[in-house]
Amino acid sequence: MSPQMEIQIIAVIVAVACSLPGVFLVLRKMSMMSDAITHTILLGIVIGFFMVNSLTSPFLIVGAALMGVITVFLTEMLNNTKLVSEDSAIGIVFPLLFSIAIVIISKYASSVHLDTDSVLLGELAFAPFNRMKVFGIDIGAKAIYSMGGILIINLLFVIIFFKELKIATFDPALATVLGFSPALIHYSLMTIVSITAVGAFESVGSILVIAFMIGSPVTAYLITDNLKSMIILSGLIGGLNGILGYQLASFLDVSIAGSMAVMTGVVFLLVFIFSPSRGLLTIVSRRKRQKIEFAGKSLMFHIYNHEGKEEEALESGIYTIKEHLQWNEKFLKLIIKELKDKEKIYIKDDIIKLTESGREYAIKSYEEIVSGF
Amino acid sequence: MLDMILTDYTLQIVSLGSALLGIISGVLGSFAVIRKESLLGDAVSHSALPGIALAFLMTQSKRTEILLLGALISGLLSTFIILSIVKYSRIKFDSALALILSVFFGGGIVLLTYIQKIPNANQAGLENFIFGQASTLLKRDIQIMGILGVVLITLIVIFWKEFKIVSFDSDFAESLGFSTKKITTLLFIMIVTAIIIGLQTVGVILMSAMLTAPAVAARQWTDKLSVMVVLSALFGAVSGVIGTILSSLVSKLPTGPMIVIVISIIVIFSLCFAPNRGLIWKYFRNRKKERTINEDQVLVNLYRLAMNHEDLNHSHNISIIKPDKSMTVKSAKELTKKLESLGSRGLAKKDYFNKWAITEKGLEYVENYFKKEEL
Repeated sequence: MSPQMEIQIIAVIVAVACSLPGVFLVLRKMSMMSDAITHTILLGIVIGFFMVNSLTSPFLIVGAALMGVITVFLTEMLNNTKLVSEDSAIGIVFPLLFSIAIVIISKYASSVHLDTDSVLLGELAFAPFNRMKVFGIDIGAKAIYSMGGILIINLLFVIIFFKELKIATFDPALATVLGFSPALIHYSLMTIVSITAVGAFESVGSILVIAFMIGSPVTAYLITDNLKSMIILSGLIGGLNGILGYQLASFLDVSIAGSMAVMTGVVFLLVFIFSPSRGLLTIVSRRKRQKIEFAGKSLMFHIYNHEGKEEEALESGIYTIKEHLQWNEKFLKLIIKELKDKEKIYIKDDIIKLTESGREYAIKSYEEIVSGF
Repeated sequence: MLDMILTDYTLQIVSLGSALLGIISGVLGSFAVIRKESLLGDAVSHSALPGIALAFLMTQSKRTEILLLGALISGLLSTFIILSIVKYSRIKFDSALALILSVFFGGGIVLLTYIQKIPNANQAGLENFIFGQASTLLKRDIQIMGILGVVLITLIVIFWKEFKIVSFDSDFAESLGFSTKKITTLLFIMIVTAIIIGLQTVGVILMSAMLTAPAVAARQWTDKLSVMVVLSALFGAVSGVIGTILSSLVSKLPTGPMIVIVISIIVIFSLCFAPNRGLIWKYFRNRKKERTINEDQVLVNLYRLAMNHEDLNHSHNISIIKPDKSMTVKSAKELTKKLESLGSRGLAKKDYFNKWAITEKGLEYVENYFKKEEL
């Protein structure tokens, strides 16, 4: 297998593995926890390194995953004192743990290969150099197997505990009533997030872990309302981002991890603007249409109120009405044109009058509004 | 150590820079923390990276003010995008932060690796913005920080009332006729500027701590915004100077992380020991409250007994006073202690046979208590 192929396979595996727990982070409004965890696992790795004196020991992964869970625990403890809001708690805990890690690294570990840059940025291009060998036979890049293992763990976790995760996410109270602890589900999820972050940071760096964990689920969130399809979609989008990112990186000859993050942003932006159900274009045009519709109703109520009264010429006069509605001229003209086209109003002796259907419509929508209260 | 501070020119410059940074981020951070936007600092500082790289790419210059201008523009752009995502979709603030943070930072890395490939480009030093490199601070950088700091703090003073009201209750502000949109935008610009100022010293990753930690620590000591802002600036400055000195005393200690560790210690200390809000105070207050509540219960029991016997001076043995629970030696001791305490408050009295009865004053206390409950 060519290294290029291997890199793309690793990217896709990482993307899918990250997006599985990421979906629940997004839905549980804990996205920034991924940011905190991806930073603090560095401290776990450093401490693990000093205990076993090796950079390849699986003990490091255990230490790092543990540190991720500790981060969550500390943040919640701080938040539970009620002295600090949740966002501030995150903003205090992870920089502290990260700082301790950097201080330890710069003080003691400068002689070994443990530099902070590679943790943060990662370099996917080097991943194929690290081979997996069984009985001396090369069976592919190591990252494929390590991340593949994590992907399987995550898949099993989401499939087996799908119902529990779903209920604990959308209705924690119900979860408690049904007899399973939301806290247990919460910490299991956080353990999965930590393990995934540890596995992924080596090949793609911690920042890209955030892009994959949050970026693709958030994009999928804009497309679907169904949890199952959101999980599947975010896996697909993550894989797509990985491949597109690799193509961009090899075209420009720049950082692969960085390009993947950029592609995550580009794909998100496209969906954000053009998504048929909740895209920016749809929302803006819907809001505009609602505004015009509402203004049309207001104008008709106004005319209806003053219909046949003495002040009608002044209140509903085509030149004076804008003083009473306090609209600008352009907007008023637009609304009048709209209503005239729909034959709800007509103009007679420079006074705006309701047509028969207009009057009926005004009365009907007035009653609709009133009955709404 | 003292003469090192007095004589070492670099150390003086760096300390001054860190102190300035502490003051600025302390002041602006107070508003960010109150508005529950402290993680915005994290997102903005990460998002500044592509701006720095682009500024260098376009000008080939490494002058601080040019790079920081680039950082400022991309920081503001990221803030704008984050707020727009929240406004125009159902995506929550925290997800928008995480997304934009990683996308912009990734873009920054792409640009940095691109710059490295350009022949003759003297890009060394740009990565310093990731972790911060306080020792590279020059006198000119300090001047820039100083000027920006003065501008920011003057603006805070001028718009004090407006910032205060949009931070606590922006709906109310709107009803009073303040243009909250303009004021919030100005505040955002100022917070982003404060973040950018700190990038060179503590780097994009730790800058969020400089914005959050001093303000959180200050919040514990006071309920007044003005005091909080001043205290926060003070904590920021102190941690900046101490962190800088510590990192220069011990070799190979990086400045940014040391500053963060110092300010975190101040936060932990404040959380524990601040009067009223502090955890230790709260612990003692809770214990005191628990004790009076328990004492009240004992007193109510005495009151009921007195009512049953229709005689105020009828004394009772302790096993009768607490009839609802089985008596152990320990709880008997505790009960005696509570009765003693009630006695010293003049609410209960003991006779010669170690039996207890309620006093007139105790009667009044209980009746008042019930009246209060009824209200």
